[in-house]
Amino acid sequence: MIDREQVLHVARLARLELTEDEVEHMTGELSKVLGHIDKIAELDLDDVAPTSHVVTVENALRPDEPEPSLPRDVALASAPAVSDDGFLVPSPQAG
Amino acid sequence: MPTDLTAVQAAEAVRAGELSATELFDAYRERAAADDLNAYTWVADAAPTEAPPADAPLAGVPVAIKDLFCTEGVPSQAGSRILEGYLPPYTATSVARLAAAGAPLLGKTNQDEFAMGSSNENSGYGPVLNPWDRTRVPGGSSGGSAAAVAGGSAPWALGTDTGGSIRQPAALTGIVGLKPTYGAISRYGMIAFASSLDQAGPLTRTVADSALMLRHLQGADTRDMTSVGLREEIVLPTAERLDGIKLGVPEELSGEGIEPGVRDAFERSLQLAEELGATVESCKLPHAPHALSAYYILAPAECSSNLARFDGVRYGQRVEADTLMDMYTRTRHDGFGPEVKRRIMLGTYALSSGYYDAYYGRAQRVRTKIAEDFAAAFERFDFVVTPTSPSVAFELGAKTDDPLSMYLNDFCTVPMSLAGIPAISIPNGLSDGLPTGLQLAAPAFAENKLLDAAHALEAALGFQRLDQRETVA
Repeated sequence: MIDREQVLHVARLARLELTEDEVEHMTGELSKVLGHIDKIAELDLDDVAPTSHVVTVENALRPDEPEPSLPRDVALASAPAVSDDGFLVPSPQAG
Repeated sequence: MPTDLTAVQAAEAVRAGELSATELFDAYRERAAADDLNAYTWVADAAPTEAPPADAPLAGVPVAIKDLFCTEGVPSQAGSRILEGYLPPYTATSVARLAAAGAPLLGKTNQDEFAMGSSNENSGYGPVLNPWDRTRVPGGSSGGSAAAVAGGSAPWALGTDTGGSIRQPAALTGIVGLKPTYGAISRYGMIAFASSLDQAGPLTRTVADSALMLRHLQGADTRDMTSVGLREEIVLPTAERLDGIKLGVPEELSGEGIEPGVRDAFERSLQLAEELGATVESCKLPHAPHALSAYYILAPAECSSNLARFDGVRYGQRVEADTLMDMYTRTRHDGFGPEVKRRIMLGTYALSSGYYDAYYGRAQRVRTKIAEDFAAAFERFDFVVTPTSPSVAFELGAKTDDPLSMYLNDFCTVPMSLAGIPAISIPNGLSDGLPTGLQLAAPAFAENKLLDAAHALEAALGFQRLDQRETVA
C-alpha cells in the first residue's frame, strides 16, 4: 500500500511533477502493483546472497590510451539551450 | 520477388550475383515507406550511396532497427516524446557492427516508450498494429520490429529484451525472436532501461536468420564493460532431429494462467519434439512464480536511475520555467508517458530510504534463487521449454487501464531475463487464427545448441508465416 503523501514524496525525489488526477491514479495503481509484489515478503531469503549482475566480470579494464572524445560543439548540438560553451539552465533559486 | 527471401537466402543470392543489393534495398524501402501498421518512426530515403563490398557477409540485406538504438544523424527517440527530434552524435556498437558486416539501416522501428511495455501501446508515437489482425497489439516493447518483420516490410530487425521484449512480440506476430545471454552483445548506444537486464537481439523470419545476425552482433566491446561476447563462433543451425535431447517443462510456467488454446499448441509441440527423438519431462523452477515481483522491483529501480538523465539540460525536450527545479519537474511531467512515470515512481519508491531492504534487497536475493533454480534444471535437462506468452495477441486497449494485468504478460519470459540466460521464441502454430510462441531456454553461452534445437523444431512445425500466406494469396 502507498498513500497520497508517499506518492507526493516519491514524485519529489524523482523530480516529477504530477497533476492532481495523476496523483490519484498513481496512488491506486501503485498500491495494486505493490500488493502483488509484496508476495516476496513470504520467502525465506536470510541466507541468500544478492545478485546484482549475472555474468561474472572481474576488473574489466581497457588499455589507458588517450583517444579523441566528443568535440564540445557536437556535445552541445542537441541541448535545448546553450551559452558560450556550456549548457544553459535556469537559476537554481527563484527570483 | 526479392522480398520473399529469408535474410540468409537474400545474402546468398546477392553474393551469387543473382540479386543486386540496391534492388533488394529498394524493394524493402518501398514497403517500409508504405507501411500502415505504424511500425516505423523513420525510414531511409534511399539505398546507401556506398554499396557494401561484394564479399560482405550480410551482402546488403537491410535491417530495421528499434528506435532506442542511437544512430548518428538519424532520429533516435526511444518511443518517447521527451527525445522528440533527437539526433545522436554517435552510433550504437550493435548497429555499427551490422553495418560493417554489410547490413544497411532500412528504418527505425516504433516501440513502447523506453522499452517499457508489452503491447507497444505505450509509444509516444502511437500504437503499432498487429499485421495478423489490425485490431490487436503486436506485443512489446519491440512491437515495431516484430510487426515490420511479420508484415514483410523488413527482412529482419534488431530489438531489445529486458523482460521479454523480443520474445513476446515475436510470439504474438508469428516470427522468431532471440534474447542472447546477458553480455553477448554490447549495450553501447542502446538508450538504457534496466542495465543489468537489457540485451539486444534479432527478430527474424527463421532461426537461421537469427543465427546469422547474432554471429555479427556478438562480441566484447571496450565501450560496454559488461559485454563479454560469446565463447564460440555462431554457426548456421543444421539439426533435423532432437535425439538424446532432454526437455524440461517447468510446472510453474506451463499450467495455471496459460490460455487453453496456447496450452494446446504447446502440448502439440512437445509431442512433436518427442517424435524428433527428444525426451520431455516435467521439472520445477520453484521460485519462478516470484520472478515477476522481483522483476517489477529491479527493472523500475534501474529505470528510475537511468532515466534521471532526461532533465531538459543536454538533449531532448525542455519545458521552460523560472527555476531549475521547476524546469526539471515540468520537463519530465510533459515528456514522459503514463507507464514511464509509473515505473519511475515504483523504482524510486523501492529504492527510497526505509524501503530499500524490503524491496530492492529482497528482489536481488530472489534473483539469486531463480538463477539457482535454472542451474539445477540444467543439470538434468538440455533446455527448459515453455509457452512464450500466456495468451495470443490481445485487442488494442484491452489492458491499458490495468497495469498489473499488462505486467502478467511477461510471466513466462521474465525468469530467463533475471537469470541472464539465452532464450528463443519460435512460431508454435495458431490458436483461434492467431500465432502462439514456443520458448526454449538454455544455459548461458549455449546459443549454438539452442539455435540447433530451435531449428529442428521449426522445420518439424512447418509454420506458415504471414508473409508466406500473403504471397500465396
